[in-house]
Amino acid sequence: MVGITAYGAYIPLFRLGAGTVGWRGWEKAVANFDEDSVTMAVAAACDSLKGLDRGNIDGLFFATTTPPYIEKQGAAIIAEAADLKTDILTADVTSSLRSGTIALRMAMDAVKAGSAKQVMVTCADLRVPQPGSEHEPIVGDGGAAVVVGRENVIAVIEDCYSVSNEILDIWRLPGDIFLRSAEERFAAEEGYLKVLPMAVNGLLEKCGLSSQDFSKVAIYAPDARRYREMLVRLGFNPRLHGRNILFERVGNTGAAFSFLSLVAALEEARPGERILLAGYGDGADAFVLRVTENIEKLERRRGVNVYLQAKKILPDYLTYARWRSLIDMAPPARRPPLDPPSPSALYREHNQNIRLYGVKCKNCGYQQYPPQRVCSKCQTKDQYTLVRFSDKRASLFTYSLDYLGLTLDPPLVVCFINFEGGGRMQCVMTDRVIDEIKISMPLEMSFRKLHTVGGIHNYYWKCIPARTLE
Amino acid sequence: MGGIKDKVAIVGMGCTKFGEHWDKSAEDLMVEAAYEAFADAGLEPKDIQAAWLGFQFAFGSARGTMLSHALKLNYIPVTRVENACCTGTDAFRNACFAVAAGIYDFVLVLGVEKLKDAGVSGLPVSYAPFWGSRVEPPVPAPVQFALAATRYFHHYGLSFEEGKTTLAKIAVKNHRNGALNPKAHFQKEINLEQALNAPIVAWPLGLYDCCGVSDGAAAAILTRPELAKSLRQNYVLVKGLGLSCGARQAILHDDYDMVHFEETVTAAQSAYREAGIKDPREEIDLAIVHDCFTITELLIYEDLGFSPRGKAKEDVDAGFFTLEGGLPVNTDGGLKCFGHPIGASGLRMIYEVYKQLQGKAGQRQLKKADIGLTHNLGGHPGHFTCAVAIFGRSG
Repeated sequence: MVGITAYGAYIPLFRLGAGTVGWRGWEKAVANFDEDSVTMAVAAACDSLKGLDRGNIDGLFFATTTPPYIEKQGAAIIAEAADLKTDILTADVTSSLRSGTIALRMAMDAVKAGSAKQVMVTCADLRVPQPGSEHEPIVGDGGAAVVVGRENVIAVIEDCYSVSNEILDIWRLPGDIFLRSAEERFAAEEGYLKVLPMAVNGLLEKCGLSSQDFSKVAIYAPDARRYREMLVRLGFNPRLHGRNILFERVGNTGAAFSFLSLVAALEEARPGERILLAGYGDGADAFVLRVTENIEKLERRRGVNVYLQAKKILPDYLTYARWRSLIDMAPPARRPPLDPPSPSALYREHNQNIRLYGVKCKNCGYQQYPPQRVCSKCQTKDQYTLVRFSDKRASLFTYSLDYLGLTLDPPLVVCFINFEGGGRMQCVMTDRVIDEIKISMPLEMSFRKLHTVGGIHNYYWKCIPARTLE
Repeated sequence: MGGIKDKVAIVGMGCTKFGEHWDKSAEDLMVEAAYEAFADAGLEPKDIQAAWLGFQFAFGSARGTMLSHALKLNYIPVTRVENACCTGTDAFRNACFAVAAGIYDFVLVLGVEKLKDAGVSGLPVSYAPFWGSRVEPPVPAPVQFALAATRYFHHYGLSFEEGKTTLAKIAVKNHRNGALNPKAHFQKEINLEQALNAPIVAWPLGLYDCCGVSDGAAAAILTRPELAKSLRQNYVLVKGLGLSCGARQAILHDDYDMVHFEETVTAAQSAYREAGIKDPREEIDLAIVHDCFTITELLIYEDLGFSPRGKAKEDVDAGFFTLEGGLPVNTDGGLKCFGHPIGASGLRMIYEVYKQLQGKAGQRQLKKADIGLTHNLGGHPGHFTCAVAIFGRSG
């Protein structure tokens, strides 16, 4: 039986909401300036991997409408940052809002066909709505991941159904910063509200099920209003399913939205319950999932629950505008421009930069990052084992706030951190509130984009205050 | 191991005014510093048999020929030296070895830096240990030392106000000394409130915790003591030279405390051994140290053995390092008032010790100046290069 074996989520820390000067409307999640679809997909992937053997993932599909490169895969970066093995199939599924459900279907088919035992699908989107546009109150940022496999399935994928549909309802050209869209009434009435039911009704007919057979739904919708309309059209009780908190707290996260809804549903699901999953965009995909007993054995993870609540409200819209380069702020000081990184050096250092591998000396046992040929403690040469630091907790040893550093989010917080179990790293702290920074505060690592120079997105790990509920 | 003690004499020195020399090129600065040294020694450029040139940032040529060209030193060896903030002192050190070895009779050491044509604030380049991938955080100089300040306050339980006030007192002291020095970039006293209320550059360091950026050059002419006697009676003797290079221990070792810099401790040990100094707090009459930031000077007090660990604040509060104190530090105003043209700073420090030991330091002249020390520290926490040099009066 093929199905979902694990899930994970990622919602950025910061929110525009009540308390944000210059913002009206529902609360929504906004990625930090150093996040993009790849970094959020890494965070969701790592959440989904809790309790799993990373060596048992045979494929990784990355679904997004906002890939950082037009030519060059995001999935390969994510697989490396998540420290998956290299003999796997990686693919980006892009260009459609339903990329997530398309990738899920591909993963399911691969496992069904026996070409892979476990495939991860990780989705994330960071779509930039034009300030003041109809999209701005609705569109939020986030990611989610599921692992599809045959063993220890927590939700069996009983069946699925897809339709394809050519329509200009929402789109972007290469190089577009903002979303383009047709008149909303046309897009909803001719597109969304007609086409998604085709997939759902086709699926129900195929399986001999009705809306009454589902206790939970994870259905894409452009916004809360159209979501309620859809439930009515599909014959669901809007009083039972009519409120999707994600619209009020996170926003429409594009290709990741139906997955985030699915994760939220799985978090509440009991064995035996059926979930209807449906994605929309250039057609629609619908899935029937049946929750199994295994869901009760799943290791605790952050999921939507924790990420929804562990949040900070941005003080002002200006900060968000600076993060997205919606305004062109002068740098804090007259500094020389950044040099682009060297592709050969990036390639040579990929294990230490992307997998965040350090070493442990076989002679003296000292852990050090980055990897050293000669042990820094005992001077033994080339005798070490690799150690992954990306999932280790750390504490803040010392820090400085650089008010003149080149960053879209001054001050730059430069830290020395000490890892649990040994090892020190000099790195930047992100997702921080300046007044809350304290020596010895608990930290964790987060994969981020340092900067984009010379057409190269330079990804690396930063530390963040441990993302826990207070 | 041998030592340099009493094997090399300084017979002439020169130093330009430091500052924003919009109207002077590096060549102008080199000519000014060298010709002051020639006049001081009573020598001519043709007497020089070899030269060492220190500078850090190269805009175009990065060779010893910069000095040959400026001074028209025709067809003699000129070696360019670069070793971060120790560049000037390391050029001096290598020249000392050549003289002590008896290879040359008269050599010139010159340090120069022309920073203010770069068009940026701060230093024009921040060097990252991973050269190619650019993933290491940008850690410009103020941040490097701010990391130590944050930890020092925490380690010794100083409140932010206590820590900042201690640092501010160091800035006030150095500005007071610089106000007495016609060659300093900043010749202006500041008060404690100004220092405490200055804008933050790299928290917890504010504007007056940071040295300036300036242009300048300084030069020395060296020979063996027996030849020095024929030129002047008040030559200055090199007593000890220490150089220490870190191996990134502060970044690689999770037990490195960041409230001291081991490079300073070990460079000082070497220099003290050569000079035969057992109790630096008592035996040294003045020290010109690398106060690139006020916190650096605070750590240096402890690392050089002037103050016990954790007790530098008490000495600062007691005025121990002022012109009237037990061990005056940065009598010339330090980097705080001179700025830090990298290649020139080490020789500018030696210039102040040289003048103090000769009794020619004007309003800043100390009553007792027999043994003087200079100190440079540069690079990154954990892989600093540190130079310590000790000088004594002839006879």
